[in-house]
Amino acid sequence: MEWLNAIVQGIMLGGLFALFATGLSLAFGVMRFVNLAHGDLAILGAFVAVSVISATGLNPFVSLVIVVPVMLAAGYALQLGAFNFTISPDPLPSILVTFGLGIVIQNVLLETYSADSRGLDVGSIEIESIRVTDAIAIGWIPLITLVVAVAVLGALQLVLSRTSLGRAFRAVSDDPPTARLMGINDRNLYAVAMGIAFATVAVAGVFLGIRQSFGPLDGPAQLLYAFEAVVIGGLGSVWGTLVGGLLLGVAHTVGGQFEVTYGYGSGPLVGHLVFLVVLATRPSGLLGRRAE
Amino acid sequence: MTLLEVRGLDAGYGDFQALFGIDVNVAEGETLAMIGANGAGKTTFLRVLAGQVPAWAGSIMFDGTDIAHVKAHRRVGLGIALVPEGRMLFGSLTVRENLIIGAHAGRAGRWNLDTVLDVFPLIRPLLDRPSHVLSGGEQQSVAIGRALMSNPRLILLDEVSLGLAPVVVKSLYEALPALSEGGATVLLVEQDIGQALEVASRLVCLLEGRVSLEGKPDGVARSDITAAYFGLPAGSGSEASS
Repeated sequence: MEWLNAIVQGIMLGGLFALFATGLSLAFGVMRFVNLAHGDLAILGAFVAVSVISATGLNPFVSLVIVVPVMLAAGYALQLGAFNFTISPDPLPSILVTFGLGIVIQNVLLETYSADSRGLDVGSIEIESIRVTDAIAIGWIPLITLVVAVAVLGALQLVLSRTSLGRAFRAVSDDPPTARLMGINDRNLYAVAMGIAFATVAVAGVFLGIRQSFGPLDGPAQLLYAFEAVVIGGLGSVWGTLVGGLLLGVAHTVGGQFEVTYGYGSGPLVGHLVFLVVLATRPSGLLGRRAE
Repeated sequence: MTLLEVRGLDAGYGDFQALFGIDVNVAEGETLAMIGANGAGKTTFLRVLAGQVPAWAGSIMFDGTDIAHVKAHRRVGLGIALVPEGRMLFGSLTVRENLIIGAHAGRAGRWNLDTVLDVFPLIRPLLDRPSHVLSGGEQQSVAIGRALMSNPRLILLDEVSLGLAPVVVKSLYEALPALSEGGATVLLVEQDIGQALEVASRLVCLLEGRVSLEGKPDGVARSDITAAYFGLPAGSGSEASS
């Protein structure tokens, strides 16, 4: 029963990983953009929520109504004003710029909020759960996180497959010069994609802050998990991102079962091993398109 | 009425100059065939008109406005559509989506999914298939249809016959008059001179980035076309073509 519980809890944790990975997957899928500041942006989203809550007294869930548009606008502006100039067949400029951005975000957060850990308080729901059996209970927050992750990814899939914007995203992803011949302004479209990526990572950051404490320097660890989820699921694949997140979450909690024997860290270690196995055996990811 | 007036156009890639002072006029409603050997600059010329390659010098007047520095995605709304060499369909889109995306920023007009499918009925049953599974001829039909969906005033066709079986090329060329009848002016780039001259009302021959011949198909001797095509001295084309 312990193992079954570990799997159930892993699926819940996977929802958070999938949320983190969504924006990373979208940015890579649409414009082959590797954003090394992605984890720091999640933490930035959580700190923006701290400020919003401090100023308005809103519940963290409700604060998303302000945090998400703010981050969406920031993503749009940053892509138009900076990231667009780094997009080229050579991935190095975008990697360098976003690496630098991550460092800037960390230090601005340190200066503004200090190095103290914070948390976003949503009240008693944090410790309430649904008891499935005597040995398995599902916390409301992890469950809500998973539902939100599925909803966000489902909405994104709908946009990509059913809307004019989604068609344009896929066309630009396939062939930007030809997309321009269709009247598509690829640079503006990249900004829209980055705005959506920032919005989703802000949601992830707020849910992280509700689930656990966070500090200004926690971004890189979140980036690592997001990358692993995206690679496991398949770069640029929406449902692959969900599958990758869930599998990584299960690997973490199942691996955590060994912590009694092998000590703290066996959960993330098993997650990294699953990532490496997928990378070695199926580099395009479980649901990604195989390279032709 | 002149729809397109190109004057003194220079263009190229990096340090390589591909076009040297090109002067070309295209009247509204005509079908102009641009012919020339490999590397003559035909594709570069079309790519400059579509905004994919920047003009180094000269002017491109489209309906009285200089568009030499207008970005590629804005030229579609002005009424210029390019059917690129190699078709360049979007592999992750279905045939239907490839056609619909052609109207993304296009103009209002007679061309829509139904009217395009009337011209290319063979692609109607393929609408929900991924574009990459189509044959070359089917892909070319979709590529032309996609350009038509923007309701262009000027449609630029780059080597529509390239890599296709003669029977497929013949059926594609049979569809071209429908483009003109739909109100589009056609600028056709071809290496297949015979095919191009059958549909063209005027021809321009490029040689090493320069205009080497211009005229009406029935007013230019075949030997002169051959000479202009290969860069032979005037009058020697009959020997070369025999």
